[in-house]
Amino acid sequence: MSRFQVVSGKGGTGKTTVAAALALALATEGKRTLLVEVEGRQGIAQLFETEVLPYEERKIAVAPGGGEVFALAIDPEQALLDYLQMFYKLGSAGRALKKLGAIDFATTVAPGIRDVLLTGKACEAVRRKDKSGRFAYDHVVMDAPPTGRITRFLNVNDEVAGLAKIGPIHNQAQAVMRVLKSPETAVHLVTLLEEMPVQETADGIAELRAAKLPVGRIIVNMVRPEVLDEAELELVRAAPRTGLARSLSAAGLGGARRGGNAEKLVDPLLAQAEEYAERYALEHEQRAVLGELGLSLHELPLFNEGMDLARLYALANELRKQRVS
Amino acid sequence: MSHGLSPARVLEVDPLIDDPKTRIVVCCGAGGVGKTTTAAALGLRAAERGRKVVVLTIDPARRLAQSMGIDSLDNVPRRVKGVEGGGELHAMMLDMKRTFDEIVEAHADRERAAAILANPFYQSLSAGFAGTQEYMAMEKLGQLRSRDEWDLIVVDTPPSRSALDFLDAPKRLGSFLDGRLIRLLTAPAKLGGRAGMKFLNVGMSMMTGTLGKLLGSQLLKDVQTFVAAMDTTFGGFRTRADATYQLLQAPGTAFLVVAAPERDALREAAYFVERLAAEDMPLAGLVLNRVHGSGAAQLSAERALAAAENLEEPRIVDQEDGKAGLRNSPDTYGSSDHPDHPDRPDRPDRPDAEGPIGHIGPAEGRAGRHVERHVEGSPTATDSDPTADRSAPTVQQLTAGLLRLHADRMQLLSREQRTRDRFTARHPEVAVTEVAALPGDVHDLAGLRNIGNRLATQQPELPTVPATSGVSGTSSASGTSGDG
Repeated sequence: MSRFQVVSGKGGTGKTTVAAALALALATEGKRTLLVEVEGRQGIAQLFETEVLPYEERKIAVAPGGGEVFALAIDPEQALLDYLQMFYKLGSAGRALKKLGAIDFATTVAPGIRDVLLTGKACEAVRRKDKSGRFAYDHVVMDAPPTGRITRFLNVNDEVAGLAKIGPIHNQAQAVMRVLKSPETAVHLVTLLEEMPVQETADGIAELRAAKLPVGRIIVNMVRPEVLDEAELELVRAAPRTGLARSLSAAGLGGARRGGNAEKLVDPLLAQAEEYAERYALEHEQRAVLGELGLSLHELPLFNEGMDLARLYALANELRKQRVS
Repeated sequence: MSHGLSPARVLEVDPLIDDPKTRIVVCCGAGGVGKTTTAAALGLRAAERGRKVVVLTIDPARRLAQSMGIDSLDNVPRRVKGVEGGGELHAMMLDMKRTFDEIVEAHADRERAAAILANPFYQSLSAGFAGTQEYMAMEKLGQLRSRDEWDLIVVDTPPSRSALDFLDAPKRLGSFLDGRLIRLLTAPAKLGGRAGMKFLNVGMSMMTGTLGKLLGSQLLKDVQTFVAAMDTTFGGFRTRADATYQLLQAPGTAFLVVAAPERDALREAAYFVERLAAEDMPLAGLVLNRVHGSGAAQLSAERALAAAENLEEPRIVDQEDGKAGLRNSPDTYGSSDHPDHPDRPDRPDRPDAEGPIGHIGPAEGRAGRHVERHVEGSPTATDSDPTADRSAPTVQQLTAGLLRLHADRMQLLSREQRTRDRFTARHPEVAVTEVAALPGDVHDLAGLRNIGNRLATQQPELPTVPATSGVSGTSSASGTSGDG
């Protein structure tokens, strides 16, 4: 099991939720995981219903069996100042640089430096050991940028290494890249059973592989329950209107006669079933496309009522059952 | 389920895109809400209503480009074929490196331009690091606008960390490029010879020394050469960034915030609405994509589930206890209930090795149905799929299934309503148009046209009245949709 698990996915697929569930799942039986956020969205705080996360590792959840989940929202500016402090004891000079716009430059404009700082901080947590020589965290899970940008985000260290051929940023980038390209790391992609996310997942995997970054699993999120099966859908196509009206009436939903309350339900219910059928066929197709990508596939259910803390634990449980953690 | 909110103001799309004074429409919003598709559909609709339109997409999915009949969009507007009516639709995709190169080429003499384009720092900067895409999107918008070739420019915004990045990035890059830091970096070279400046120079070389430590001296040198070569064009950068910003505030510009009826997307949308107001940027309204409706909204999820159970329960009781018949229904529709139905298609096996997982929610009732069917069906079933059955479903089973499907839909619908209402309560001034979710992706112009129709139809997809009073004419939407 890789110690550094990076979770990416197309926007809207729920990658933050999956990353959080994975961190919970990995934290069972007394283990410690660190859940890292890099895009300044405070998605983790919202999910765990806690206050805004500072730039500080903070315990946010206890997993079943006594495990612990810590969370960290990495702020690139703070990470750079820390870094300067650590290596150069800059103190007030750091503040001067900030005033000058140098920090802003380095963290928002300068090529790739921001990304080195973000991945660098996460890799530092992966490698950190306590006094007894044990790893500070059993696993680090990163809620990473979306699929379209993940390869560049992770590979940026290579680009920086090319740009800054010597010097501390170069060294940092090299060190980070060693972790990212090792079996210590796995990049998971979250998708939905829809055309565009599936296409983007396939493209993302090809890009990651071309960059020699270790691809992990595909997690299909928000899978809708199968309410009608093939045989039932076939019957829908025969549209037994009178029978349905009588059946609805028998269930206590009003009159089956023309214009009766039960009868009035028939057409809209059949229309919904047809839409369901169309989606059902599409989902099967997409599942087949994902199946051909040669990675292990996992599915997580949709919650019609939306996400909350209890359902997050349910997802973590599901991941454990599927041996993702 | 009922909620006392008055319906939000309706966003009327056609008057907006028909108005000759509307010259730019900016579609913004969180990732994955259908921004690019919305931009393309809007552009097509405007074109088919007679305007000459260009759609600037940032990072379109391949399928979307194909839906406009263009296999690969590039940095030049390409005319889309098959547009009906008197207008024209052109589409293009932003190539940020190309756009950046063009600015350099336009502002520097040939020799200097060549030096800049070959500079390693420039190459990294232009290849798409933080902010460049946003800056170049706005730059391209400014270019298109100044050519004055189009009646209407519809622009998509980059898939940023935050939907607001494209507002901030141009300023940031612009102010970096002619800011104090740049002057400091270039200063030693320029001031080196002047004796009077020696004192200043010491401070500066100390600073650049620090930067050198941080970035590596070679990178610093690249930056300095880049900056020296760019010297003449700096003023240009800042001016251009400012001009684009003003363009966004101008009366001919309209912002559309795109969202899906989900908590995160609408939170981002609310944030954006507030920000636009603070920046004096003209907001036309909110496009709420992928909204679900139901033609049977008078039947609540609870009642539908109860009715489904009512239909399923007696059978099980019948099998287990020997009690005869159905409590409420004389119907048996036994003819289709024959076991070993030869025409029954097998359920396709799932391709994933892990197999289906348990679902939480209203579909739990399936278990009950399967118990029933196994009793009914052939005991010889050796299917590896435990949920497969050997008998065709009865109309009664189908009815229960349809009711469960409806209950699912109503639950989803009421969640979407709550999410939307939270937004409209906070921003009652924002006009909203709702677009029904589609089961599949857009593959062609017809698909885009369909979305355009839905954008312009003023019928809200979500009921705004208590469900019991019925909803007429809402288009019933389907389950899911997929676009980016």
